[in-house]
Amino acid sequence: MIDLPTEALWLVIALPLGGSLLLHFAGRWLGEPRAGYLACAASLAAFGVAAVAAVPFLTGEGQPSQSLLWEWMPAVGASFEIVWDPLSALMTLVVTGVGSLIHIYSLGYMHGDPRFARFFVYLNLFTASMLTLVLAGNFAMLFVGWELVGLCSYLLISFWFTRPSAAAAGKKAFVVNRIGDFGFLIALMLIFSSFGTLSYSGVFDRASEELTGSAATLIGLMLAAGAIGKSAQIPLYVWLPDAMEGPTPVSALIHAATMVTAGVYVIARSAPIFELAPAASGAVAAVGALTALWAATIAMGQSDIKRVLAYSTISQLGYMFLAVGATAYVAGVFHLMTHAFFKALLFLGAGSVIHAMGGRQDMEEMGGLRKAMPVTFLTMGIGVVAIAGFPPLAGFWSKDEILGVVFNQGGFFTLLWLVGLITALLTAFYMIRQFVLVFLGWPRWPEGVVPHESPRSMTFPLVVLAVLSVLGGLVNTPFRLGLEHFLEPSFEGVKLGHPADGVVSILVLAAVAVGAGVVGAAMAFFAYHRPPEAWRRFQAAFGKVWGWWEDGYRVDDIYGTMLVAPGRRLAEQAAFKLDLGVVDGAVNGVARLVRAAGTMIRPAQSGLIRQYGLWFGLGLVALLAWLLVRGGV
Amino acid sequence: MLTLLVLTPLLGAVVVSLVPARRRELHLPLGMALSVAPLGLAGAMFFSFDAGEASFQMVEKVVWWEPWGVSWQLGVDGISLGMVALTAILFPLSLAVSDSISHRRKAFVVAMLFLETGLIGTFLALDLLLFFVFFEVILVPMYLIIGVWGGKRRVYAAVKFFIYTAFGSALLLAAIIALAVMHASQTPDGLLSFDYLALLTLDISPTAQMWLFGAFALAFAIKVPLFPFHTWLPDAHVEAPTAGSVLLAGVLLKLGTYGLLRFNLTLFPEATVSLVPVLAVLAVVGIIYGAVVAIVQPDLKKLVAYSSVSHLGFVVLGIFALTSAGLQGAVIQNVNHGLTTGALFLLVGMLYDRRHTKQISDFGGLATPAPLMAGFFLFMAFASIGLPGLNGFVGEFLVLVGSFPSLPGLTVVAAFGVVLAAIYMLWAYQRVFTGPLEGAENRKLADLSAKETAVLAPLAALVLLLGLYPGILLERTAPSVEAILDRIEQHTDYEAPEPGRLADVFNTASEDES
Repeated sequence: MIDLPTEALWLVIALPLGGSLLLHFAGRWLGEPRAGYLACAASLAAFGVAAVAAVPFLTGEGQPSQSLLWEWMPAVGASFEIVWDPLSALMTLVVTGVGSLIHIYSLGYMHGDPRFARFFVYLNLFTASMLTLVLAGNFAMLFVGWELVGLCSYLLISFWFTRPSAAAAGKKAFVVNRIGDFGFLIALMLIFSSFGTLSYSGVFDRASEELTGSAATLIGLMLAAGAIGKSAQIPLYVWLPDAMEGPTPVSALIHAATMVTAGVYVIARSAPIFELAPAASGAVAAVGALTALWAATIAMGQSDIKRVLAYSTISQLGYMFLAVGATAYVAGVFHLMTHAFFKALLFLGAGSVIHAMGGRQDMEEMGGLRKAMPVTFLTMGIGVVAIAGFPPLAGFWSKDEILGVVFNQGGFFTLLWLVGLITALLTAFYMIRQFVLVFLGWPRWPEGVVPHESPRSMTFPLVVLAVLSVLGGLVNTPFRLGLEHFLEPSFEGVKLGHPADGVVSILVLAAVAVGAGVVGAAMAFFAYHRPPEAWRRFQAAFGKVWGWWEDGYRVDDIYGTMLVAPGRRLAEQAAFKLDLGVVDGAVNGVARLVRAAGTMIRPAQSGLIRQYGLWFGLGLVALLAWLLVRGGV
Repeated sequence: MLTLLVLTPLLGAVVVSLVPARRRELHLPLGMALSVAPLGLAGAMFFSFDAGEASFQMVEKVVWWEPWGVSWQLGVDGISLGMVALTAILFPLSLAVSDSISHRRKAFVVAMLFLETGLIGTFLALDLLLFFVFFEVILVPMYLIIGVWGGKRRVYAAVKFFIYTAFGSALLLAAIIALAVMHASQTPDGLLSFDYLALLTLDISPTAQMWLFGAFALAFAIKVPLFPFHTWLPDAHVEAPTAGSVLLAGVLLKLGTYGLLRFNLTLFPEATVSLVPVLAVLAVVGIIYGAVVAIVQPDLKKLVAYSSVSHLGFVVLGIFALTSAGLQGAVIQNVNHGLTTGALFLLVGMLYDRRHTKQISDFGGLATPAPLMAGFFLFMAFASIGLPGLNGFVGEFLVLVGSFPSLPGLTVVAAFGVVLAAIYMLWAYQRVFTGPLEGAENRKLADLSAKETAVLAPLAALVLLLGLYPGILLERTAPSVEAILDRIEQHTDYEAPEPGRLADVFNTASEDES
C-alpha cells in the first residue's frame, strides 16, 4: 500500500500543468495525434495519483490534512496550501476521471482541426486550474483556481475565434463571471478582516468564535454572489448558453461537469460559515430553486441540441444550490457527481450527433438517428433516463435525496420543494423531447447529410459514462449512505440536512417525484413522437408562453437595453463630454487664462535672468514668510 | 555602487554623443549595450540588498555645499529597490524597439540615457534638493522625446506635459526650501539642511504640515496622475514614441506614487492621517473613472493610457489605506504596472510600426496572421486585468484586502474596478485580434520578429514570477513599509487596524455613514 503524503499532491496539479506547458512550446512540433496523447496521459496520470492518495479515505483510515506549499502574500494570509480530505478527493477524482474521458473523446472530436495541439494546451491547463481550485486549502489559492478556470473557459469558448459570436461569447462569460467575482473578492476581504488569515484551517476552525451572525451572513452572501456567477444562477446565468459556442467537449467538461459546479463546491466547502448564516443559506436555496424552474422552462423551448443541454445544466445546478442552501451539503455534492456523469454523457452524445450531422445543431433537422448511430443512441438514452430521475439510475438517487431534504426542512422550504418537483416534471419533458426529436421518428436530415457512428475514441467515453450514469447513484442510497459516510470527515462539526427517516415517507416522496417525471416524459413522448406539424400544433397550444421559452424570456435583450446600453452611453459621456470637455477643458482654460494674463504683463518679461531671479526669490521669500507666520513654526 | 548606478547611463550618453552622427547604425546598439551596464548594477544591488533591514542601505554621502546643507546623498530601501530595478530593466528593452526612430537618432539615444540617470537618481536621492534636481532634470529629455520624436500633435502634448508637471514642481521646490529653513530654525547651529534623514526629525506644526503636504501632494498627484489632474497623460501617451510611452507609464508616473510614499507619509504624518479621506476618494474616483473612460476609447494607446489612471488609483489607495498590506500592495503594484503596461505599450508600438494606426476599428482578426503577438497581448491584458497567478493580481489584492479594514466603503467601490478592467481589456482584444480577418494590410500583418519576442519574453517571465512568488520583492519591501507605518503611529494617534477584528470594520463603516 502506497501512502502518499499530502505534500506530494502538488503532483496532481503539476502533471496537467506540465502537460500544458510542454504542449504550449512543443505542441505544433508533436502534431496530431501525439499532442493529444500527451495531454490524455497527463490527465490520466493525475487521476492515478489522486486515486492512490484517496484510498485511505475509502478504508476509513484517512484523516483530513492540509499542507503548505509556499507563502504567497503573507501580509494578507494568502499562501499556496493544499487540503486533502474526502471532499477534495472526491472532487479531484471527478475532475480527473471525467476530464480524462473528455480528453480521450477530444482526440476524435478535434481530429483535423488546424489548432489541434492548442486545444489540448487549454484542456490540460483547465484541468490543472480546476484541480488548483478543489485542492486549495486557502481562499486566496481557491481564487487562483477560480479565476484560472474562468480564463480557460474564456480561451476555449472563443477557441474558434474567427467567428465573432465565439469571441463575443468568451468575453461575455469572463465579464459576467467577474461581476460575481466582485462579490467573491468582498467575501475574501471580510474573511481576512475577521480572521487575519485566508487559510481554511484558520478560518473554519474559528468560525463560530469569531463571526457574529450578521458578519457570517454577509460573508455567506458575498461568497454566494461569486458562486452564482460561476455556477450560472439567476441573475448571472446568461453567459452559459452562449458558452456553447465552444467545441462540444469543452461544453461537457467545463460547462457541465466541472467548472460550473465550482460554486456549489465553494458553498459546501464553506459550510462552517454558512452554518452560522441561515439567511444566506436560505437565499442560496431560493436562488437555486428559482433558477432550476426558470431554466427548465427555457430548455423546453430550445431547438438547438446544445442549448437544451445548456439550460438543463443551469437548471440542474439550481438543484445543487437548493441542496447546499438547505444545508444538505452531501446531497448537493452527490448530485454534483452524478450530474457530472450524466451531463458529460449527454453533451458528448450531443457532440457525437453534431459530428454525425456535419456540424448541424438544430434538432428539427435530425430525427431517426437511432439506426445510424446505435452506440450514441443507447448511451444517450441512458443519460436521458438518468437525468429524468428514473430509478435506479444515478439521477434518481441524488435528485430524490435533495427533494427529500428540502421537504423535510418544512416551512418556506416546502414551497421550494414544490418548485423542485415541478422542475422534475419539466426536466423529464425537455429531455425526452430532445431524445425523441433526435433519435426517434423519421429522418428530417437536409440534403447531403449522411449520419454515421462516431469513431471509437468518441464512443468509448460514452460507454464508460453510461455505466457510471447507471451505477453512480448507488454510492448513496437511503439503504446505504456510503457517500455520506465517506464525506463525514469533511463536514465534521457541521449539521447536515437530512430527509425524514422512515420507509413510508421516503417511498411516498420518491413515488411523487418519479410520478412527476413519468408525466413529463409521457407528455413529451406523445407530443413529439408525431410528424412535425403535430408537434408544432402542440407548441402553438401554449400561445405566447412558448415564444417566451424559445427566446429565454428575452433576458439578454433586457440586460442589453437596461444595463449594457446605458452603461456604454455613460462611458461615452464620461470620456467625450466630461473628460475632454470639462476636466481637460478646465486645464486648457487655465492655460488660456495664463496666456491672456501673460500678454498683459508682458513688460515684465524683460529677458534679464537677474530680474527673473529677483522675482522668483521675492516670491519665494513672501511665500515662506507667510508660511512661517501662519504655521507658527 | 549607487553613485555608479546613477552615473553609468550619463556616461553612456557621453559615449554615444562622441560617436559621429553619420554612423547612425551604431547609436541604437551602442545605447542598448550601454544601458545593460546599469541593469547589471541594479541586479547586483537587488540581490545584495539585505531583506531584513528597514532603513536605507548602501548609503553614500558627499557634502556638496555645507552652508546650504546640500549633499550628494544616495541610498536604497525597500520602497525604492523595486523601482530602480524596474527602471534598469525597461531601458534596454525600450531602446531595442526604437528602430522606427529615423531622424536624429543619436540625440534620441542620448536623451534616453540622460533620462535614465534622472530616473534612477530620483529614486535613490536622499537629499531633497538632489531629489528635486533629478525630478526636474527628467522633464527635459522626456519633453524632447515627446516633442521631437512624437506623433502629429507632439508639440501640444509635450508642452502640456512640461507645463503641467513644472507647475507642480514649483510648489514642490517652495515646500522643500521651507523644510530646509525650518531645519535651520530648529537646530542650534541654525544650518539649512536638505538631508532627508535630518528633516525627518523636524517638529512641524499641524497647520504647516497641511500646507507642505498639499504642496508635495499636488506635485506628485499631477505626476501619478491622480484624478482630476490626469488629462496631460492621454495626450502625452498618444503622441509619444513607443519608448517614450513605455517609460512614461512604466517609470515616470511612479515618481508620483513614490514621492507620496517616500515624503508625504513620513515627513507629514499628521497631515497624512487627516487627509486620508481626500486622497483615498480621489484614488477611488480615478480607479472607476479611468476604467469607464477607457472602455470607449477608439485609440488603443489611449485605452492603455486611461487604464493607467485606473491602475495607479489602486496604488494611491493602497498608500493611504495606511496598513501594511495596503502599503506593500502599493509598492509592488508600482512595479507590476510598469511591467504589464510597459509591455502593452510595447505591443501597441509594434502594431503601430506595422500598420501606422492605433485605431481599434482599423484592426480585427489579427490573431490569425500574428498568433504570437496576440498571445503576448492577451497574456499582458490578463496580467493587467488582475488574473491571479500573474503579477497584477498580487498588487491589487494586497491593496484591496489591505485597504478594506481602514476604508471599507471606498474599497468595495474600488473592487468594482476589476470588473471594468475585464470589460475594457477583453473588448479591446476582441476587436483587435479576434473575429474575421479583413483588409489587405491586416491579412499580411507580420507576426513578432525574434527580436520583438526577445524583448517581450523577459517581461512575461517577470509577470509570472512576481505573480506566483512575489516574496522575492515583498520580503524586501516589508520592513521598510512597516517602518513607515510605525513612524505614522508614533507621531499621531493613528492605529493601523489589526486584522482579525471584523467588528471594527462594521464600526468604522457605520461611522463613515454618520
